Amino acid sequence: MKVTVKDVEHIAGLSRLTIPESEMEKFTEQFNQILNYADILEKIDTEGIEPTPYVLPISNAFREDVPQPGVTHEEALENAPAVYNDGFKVPRVIE
Amino acid sequence: MTNYITVIGLEVHAELKTKTKAFCSCSTEFGSLPNTHVCPVCLGMPGALPVLNKQVVEFAIRTGLALGCDIQKFNKFDRKNYFYPDLAKNYQISQFDQPICLGGHIDIEIDGVPKRLGITRIHMEEDAGKLNHSGATISTSDFSSVDYNRAGVPLLEIVSEPDMRSAEEARAYMEQLKAILEYIDVCDCKMQEGSLRCDANISIMPEGAKEFGTRAEIKNLNSFRALVRAIEYEVERQKAILEDGGHVVQETRTWDEANGVTLSMRSKEEAHDYRYFPEPDLVPVEIDDAWIERVRGELPELPAQRLERLVEKHGLPKYDASLIVATKAMADYFDAACANSKDDKAVSNWLLGDVSAYLNAENITIEQFPVKPENLGELVTLIKDGVLSSKLAKKVFAEMLKADKTPKQLVKELGLEQVSDEGAIAAIVDEVLAENPQSVADYKAGKDKAIGFLVGQVMKKSRGKANPGMVNKLLKEKMQ
Ligand SMILES: [Zn+2]
Repeated sequence: MKVTVKDVEHIAGLSRLTIPESEMEKFTEQFNQILNYADILEKIDTEGIEPTPYVLPISNAFREDVPQPGVTHEEALENAPAVYNDGFKVPRVIE
Repeated sequence: MTNYITVIGLEVHAELKTKTKAFCSCSTEFGSLPNTHVCPVCLGMPGALPVLNKQVVEFAIRTGLALGCDIQKFNKFDRKNYFYPDLAKNYQISQFDQPICLGGHIDIEIDGVPKRLGITRIHMEEDAGKLNHSGATISTSDFSSVDYNRAGVPLLEIVSEPDMRSAEEARAYMEQLKAILEYIDVCDCKMQEGSLRCDANISIMPEGAKEFGTRAEIKNLNSFRALVRAIEYEVERQKAILEDGGHVVQETRTWDEANGVTLSMRSKEEAHDYRYFPEPDLVPVEIDDAWIERVRGELPELPAQRLERLVEKHGLPKYDASLIVATKAMADYFDAACANSKDDKAVSNWLLGDVSAYLNAENITIEQFPVKPENLGELVTLIKDGVLSSKLAKKVFAEMLKADKTPKQLVKELGLEQVSDEGAIAAIVDEVLAENPQSVADYKAGKDKAIGFLVGQVMKKSRGKANPGMVNKLLKEKMQ
């Protein structure tokens, strides 16, 4: 067991996900299956092979530094559950 | 009592002076109505895709070269995951394990002693939105209002080595860094507005210790003064803990400017579990030698080079030159004034004297100074040429502050032209000699001081306009 129920609870918390108590065991088992598969990959000899963060043969897709209109103030706030002082109203958050 | 050594490292966030955000085409303009420079990308709408602003890479390379860093050829971006309403996406696009610049340094000098301070890395990332709290502080607020105008504005995070050993060194590092960023024109460097922000990692260790002490990270340092005060406070706080036999806790603290203290932010450990991974929505950035060399070739004059020029070519004392080059706008003003003056040292004296006094009194910067540099240059030249005495020059200067007129115009309007016509001055000298026989007798009897009184009388009669050198010369000749 690489991952315990406690780890799954922690990761769910970081992701702001609520996992029902009844599914905890199942998730823990699936997490471990994924990690076990990673273990198999770890056994492959990757000596001299550069890490591949991207698989597409593309680089340097740039945009010129020219302003374009975005959405209007009203459009931006259309999806806000509540508005306060021209901004998205959010509950007090202490980091 | 044990002697402690202070160890400081700085993390500086510099907002880049691009016209648009890092990953979308929204304007970066400061001070607009909240949520007016926003689009699906910076609002974190599902499906919206980021595209990198080329100017961000350009500015990052320029900054790296100006700070002596190695520019990394292969660059990728990473997601830094955290839940806080200042970022709508719930992650910040940043660079984690492969920053664009590695190594580098800033040279400072304190009391004539030079020191080189290392730079560990510089990486590109996006700024977050701004939370405005309903109450005076976050803890007294029931809710906050989020403005995403700043979300996505490009930042460079410049991380120093823990090389500083005093608040003074930290301040000198910040001043140098600010000057360099201004000279290379990548950042506005307005600490109060937040375009240049500084966090300080501070620890102390007993003299002779091999390992650094536990550090505290201090945030919210938005002025040089705050940086210095926070370091001084924090060092004393940590000393008191160690002297008491306690342990310093590794934590993030915020500087409370009003009360002059640092306060624990009591962040949960979880908040720093960022689970970085490569940003799948962006492709890598590859920088070749041609690009690096092109940017190197376009680097403008840096503060250290400018200082050298002011000393070597303009003949300023090193200390005076260092004050002038500290702000790019001041150095530019100096150059523009010198272009129209015959006396560079005098221009410098005016800038560091009367001009700086005026700026301080009015609490404005040199950019807002009402006198055009060419007019200050002209004023200096009028003194050099003997048209104005330095006393009358101050009078003209006072008028220049009130109206945009050239010194020559004002000299005419105020009737202040210095009289250098020997005949006219001789006539006044004769008058004064006739009116003050006692002083003449004193002078002839060897009391050299008496001539000062006579010069004063001539100046008074000429309403300050007689050339003092000529007055002196004529008085001496006539009393021989
Ligand atoms: Zn946008």
